[in-house]
Amino acid sequence: MLGFVARRVLLTIPTILGISIIIFLMVRLMPGDIIDVLFAGDVTATPEIIEQAREQLGLSGSLPEQYWRWASGVAQGDFGDSFRNTEPVDDILWRALPITLELMILSLLIAVVVGIPLGVISAVRRDSASDYASRVGGLIGISVPNFWLATLLLLFTSRVFGWVPPLTYTSFFDDPLTNLSQFILPALSISVFTLAIVMRMVRATMLEVLSQDYVRTARAKGVRKRLVVYRHALRNALIPVVTVVGFEIGILIGGAAIVETIFGLPGVGYVLLQSIFNRDYPVVQGATLLVALTFVLANLLVDIVYGWLDPRISQE
Amino acid sequence: MSAREPIPALAGDTPPPPAWDAVGRTRLGFLGRWRNPIGIIGAGIVVFNVLAAFLGPVVWRVDPDAQARDRLLAPSWESPLGTDELGRDVLARIIHGAQVSLQVGAIAVGIALVVGTLLGLLAGYYKGLVDATLMRLVDLMFALPGIVLAIVIAGLLGPSRRNAMIAIGVVITPAFARVVRGAVLEVMGFPYIESTRALGASGLRVMGRHLLPNIVAPLTVLVTVYLGTAILSEAALSFLGLGTQPPEASWGGMLNTARSYIDAAWWLSIFPGAAIMVVVLGFNFLGDGLRDILDPRLGPTIGEAPAAKKQPPPE
Repeated sequence: MLGFVARRVLLTIPTILGISIIIFLMVRLMPGDIIDVLFAGDVTATPEIIEQAREQLGLSGSLPEQYWRWASGVAQGDFGDSFRNTEPVDDILWRALPITLELMILSLLIAVVVGIPLGVISAVRRDSASDYASRVGGLIGISVPNFWLATLLLLFTSRVFGWVPPLTYTSFFDDPLTNLSQFILPALSISVFTLAIVMRMVRATMLEVLSQDYVRTARAKGVRKRLVVYRHALRNALIPVVTVVGFEIGILIGGAAIVETIFGLPGVGYVLLQSIFNRDYPVVQGATLLVALTFVLANLLVDIVYGWLDPRISQE
Repeated sequence: MSAREPIPALAGDTPPPPAWDAVGRTRLGFLGRWRNPIGIIGAGIVVFNVLAAFLGPVVWRVDPDAQARDRLLAPSWESPLGTDELGRDVLARIIHGAQVSLQVGAIAVGIALVVGTLLGLLAGYYKGLVDATLMRLVDLMFALPGIVLAIVIAGLLGPSRRNAMIAIGVVITPAFARVVRGAVLEVMGFPYIESTRALGASGLRVMGRHLLPNIVAPLTVLVTVYLGTAILSEAALSFLGLGTQPPEASWGGMLNTARSYIDAAWWLSIFPGAAIMVVVLGFNFLGDGLRDILDPRLGPTIGEAPAAKKQPPPE
C-alpha cells in the first residue's frame, strides 16, 4: 500500500510540470504582446519605461528563461505580482481558495448524500414509479446548465420566500449561518449534475451487485433485505463510484468558476474571470495552475482511496 | 458544466438484447433498430431544433434586433415569449440563438473532429514515440477541467464568438484523439490490416481507406454527444461574456442580461435556459440511441472517466 501511494504521488510530478508548461505557453503565445496591451494608449511610455516594465514583469529573456523564473517562483510559493495593483498573486489566490474549496465540498456532499440513496432506491425498486422518476430526473440533471439552475433558484427563493442570499462574502469562521445561507444556492446548482451522475452510477453498480451470488447467499441464510442491501451490496457497489467522484471534481471546479460570478463569491473562478477581463496575466496563470493542481490532487486522493478500498488495485 | 466531459444519456439503462434478437435486428434494417425510445425522442428534438433554426425566421417574421418602446412585456399573443429590456421579441431572439448555437456546435466539433481524428490516427497507426508523445499531451489536457480551459483560451484570445468556437474546439479535441486512437488500435489488430500492409499499401492508404471507414461508428456517437457539450459550453461562455457578444442574440447572453430583470421579468430567465436544456438533452438522447445502433461495444459511458482510468479487474 505504501509503495502504491508513493508511486501515485511521484506520478503526479511530471503531470504538474507538464500542465504548468501548457498554461505558461498558453498565456505567452496568445496573439499580441502583453506589454503592448498594457501600454496601449499610454503616450508617456518611452522605450526605456517599456523596457523597464518588461524587466519588472518578468517578461524579458527567452521563453525558457521566463518559464524557469515563473516555475521556480511558483515552487517556492511565489506566483509573481498582479499587473493591476502589484499585489502578490499568492495572496489573491490564498484568499480565494477557501471559498472555492467550501463550494466544492458542499456540493460534493449534497451530490453524494442525496445521490447514493436515490440510486439505491432506484436499483432496489427497479422499474417502479420511483425508479422511473429518479431516472428521468437524472437525465434532466445532466442536461440542465448550472448557470441557468442558479438563476432559477434565485428566482424561486425570491418569489416564494422573498429571500435573496447575502451578496457580500462572509467567512464560515466569522458567521457560519450567514456563510452557509450564502453557499447553499450555488452549491445546489453545481451539485445537480454530479448528483445525477452519482445516482445513475450507484443504480447501475447496485443492479450488478444485487445479482451476485453472495447477495443471494446472504438472503438465503436469513439476513434481512435491508441489511443485505446496505451492509453487503452497497459497500461493493460504491467502489466504482469513488472513481466517478474523482472525475466529477473537475466538473465541480468548472461549475464553481461560473456560479461564483453569479453569486458574487470571490473564489478562484471569480478571480480567474476578473483577471481574464483585466488581462492580468500573472493572475490568470496562477489561478489556472491552482485549478489544475486542485484537480490533480483530488484525483490523487481518489486513486489512493480507491487502492485502499480495493486492495487488488494497489497490488498490481 | 464542462466542455469536455461528454454528458451522454441513458446507456446502461436497457438490458442487452438476447443473442437471437441480434439476428432479427439485422434483418429489420437501420430504422427497425430504433427501439430505444430515448433515441427517437432525441432525434425528434434535434430535428425540431434544426428546423427552428433554419425555418424559424421564415415562420416567425420578427427581427430579433428590432427594439420597441414597450419594454419587458409579459408573454402574450403578439410576442408569445414576451419582450426584453429593449423591447426585442424573445421568441425571435431564441430562434436566432438556435442558429448561433448550431453554428458554434458544428464548427467547434468540426475542429475537434478533423484535428482529433488526425492525431488519433497517427498515434494509433505509428504507435511508439508518436503515440506516447501525443497521448501524454492528451492526458495533460484532461488534467484541466474543460470549461476552465475554454474560459482561459476564449478569454485570452479575446471575447468573441469566433474565439469561443476555437476554444471549445481545442478543449474537446483530446477526447476525439483518444477515442479514435483506441478504435484504431483495435482495428489494427485485425488480419486484413496486416495483409494490406503486406501488399505494400502506404501508411496514408491504410489510414484513409481501411482505418477511417472502420471507426465511423464510434465517431458518429462522439460527434452527437459533443455537439450537445459544445452548445452547452457556448452558452456558458456567452453567459460569462466570453462568447457571442451583445447585442447579437445568443442563449447564454440572453440569460446573462436576464439576471438584472429577475424580479421584473421571469420570462427572460426561463425561456433561453429551457431552450439550452432541451437541445442538450436532445443531443444526449440521440447520442444514446445511436450508440445502441452503431456500436453496442461502446457500452455505457455515463460519468465514466475517459478511458485509461483503471477499472476493477474482470471477475
